[in-house]
Amino acid sequence: MKPWLCLLGIVLLSACGSARTAPETITNPPEPLLSGSEFLTAETRTLQADDFANPGYLWVDQGQALFEAVVGNSLSCAACHTDESGSLEGAAAKYPRWNSEDRRIMNLEGQINACRSSQQQLSPLEYESNELLSLTAYVANLSKAHPITVERDPGAEYAFDQGFEYFTTRRGQFNLSCANCHQDNWGQSLRGDTISQGHGNGFPAYRLEWQTLGSLHRRFKDCDTGVRAVPKELGSDTYLALEYYLAVRAEGLEIEAPGVRR
Amino acid sequence: MNDRFEPMKLTRRSVLLTAASASAFGWLARPALADPEDVTAARTALFGDAPVTEGRVEVSLPPISENGFSVPIEIDVESPMTPDDHVTRIAVFSPRNPLADIAHFQLGPRAGRARIETRIRLGGTQKVTVVAEMNDGSLWSGHAETVVTLAACVVL
Amino acid sequence: MAAIRLSVPDTATAGEVIEIKALIQHPMESGFRRDSRGEAVARDIITRFECLYAGETVFAGDFFPAVSANPFLTFHTRATETGTLVFRWTDQDGQSWEDAAEILVE
Repeated sequence: MKPWLCLLGIVLLSACGSARTAPETITNPPEPLLSGSEFLTAETRTLQADDFANPGYLWVDQGQALFEAVVGNSLSCAACHTDESGSLEGAAAKYPRWNSEDRRIMNLEGQINACRSSQQQLSPLEYESNELLSLTAYVANLSKAHPITVERDPGAEYAFDQGFEYFTTRRGQFNLSCANCHQDNWGQSLRGDTISQGHGNGFPAYRLEWQTLGSLHRRFKDCDTGVRAVPKELGSDTYLALEYYLAVRAEGLEIEAPGVRR
Repeated sequence: MNDRFEPMKLTRRSVLLTAASASAFGWLARPALADPEDVTAARTALFGDAPVTEGRVEVSLPPISENGFSVPIEIDVESPMTPDDHVTRIAVFSPRNPLADIAHFQLGPRAGRARIETRIRLGGTQKVTVVAEMNDGSLWSGHAETVVTLAACVVL
Repeated sequence: MAAIRLSVPDTATAGEVIEIKALIQHPMESGFRRDSRGEAVARDIITRFECLYAGETVFAGDFFPAVSANPFLTFHTRATETGTLVFRWTDQDGQSWEDAAEILVE
């Protein structure tokens, strides 16, 4: 009895983020690795697979139009990203990536905005704006069924560590870490839901709860609010690091954008 | 008799449910505005006093709804859809939503088949009623039930 | 500028019953939600949907707040003649959106 209590105490203490685990154990992805769609009802899975009725395609369609549109004097995205050179098919599966020139993590939203300002001389788009959601949905959809293959650049190790730390640190009024649910208790019931493994491969996703399409960072904000922790900003370094860590953790899972989630 | 709420016990669930009244699920926290009498009232307001026979209307809802904001419903009314024998109107009613009317559809012989699919909002576990009116004025009805659960993490 | 998706067969044989699907981007704000200050978010919904086939209404619907956001519909019509199918959605303020599809009937 007592040794078991000691062990529990150590587990709880280390879950508070005060203990660091060896790198080999950090990317211990859940086994088997399961997409969030495995934890949906059959009807919702069917909706996601429906190439017509999946509401996310409303944004993919608009994204394609925006991708091909010429705005003012700028080139359209499609002018550079043709099928022959610069094709974006499969590109989203490599994001987030380490930008070694600017020394920062780039997710899809960040990359789109960087291209807009540097290549098109256009102003950046806000997170959750119809335009940015449409463009990310379109570009991510070009990687549909591609397995996530994010490069673990040495320059990005700080971001990986920061993401892992966030994932395993208890927070909020409920004092829960992401790992408490999504690493240690996936597959169990929490009220009417079955806990998923917390991967981001379905994003941007049409969440039934939001009644609209939304970004992974918006989902992070809901997760933080869900445990009654103060959420971070959309596009913040913290969420970018978390997104990076999660992508490494989800390596091999297929992109499902536009996903449908509850 | 408002059967939606038991006397409030100060449990985490009740605190979260009260807090949820600031959220999208806020309308669950209000008193029942549509009960079985309201469905009858909504039906008679649309179709008049003609008697309703159960049958010919097949309604399909998932046994458990992923989320009450978007529940797929399938309606199939048995009818040859000829100029002499066809469905003129189909109405979907809820006994538990703030409003009993969900949608009214108008068909006719040109519809070819009286089958409709759509997605609806349901404010809790309930039995949805669908009433179909034929060109001879007769009314037919069908029902389907679904369980609508609360999400794991209620977000304010 | 609402995005619209339509699924209509390109061709059909005369008399064949065809399946049509329509999806429109619209929040369908029910009017029952409350914002973070506890105030009701104003209702903003599509109230009417119509499908016209060569000018004649073959299917229509009246929507109430319980129709989900980004309303989706599957319905049927008999392929009678080559022509245009017009789809029209009208909201509570009278604003409407339209899209059309051609069908070739042999």
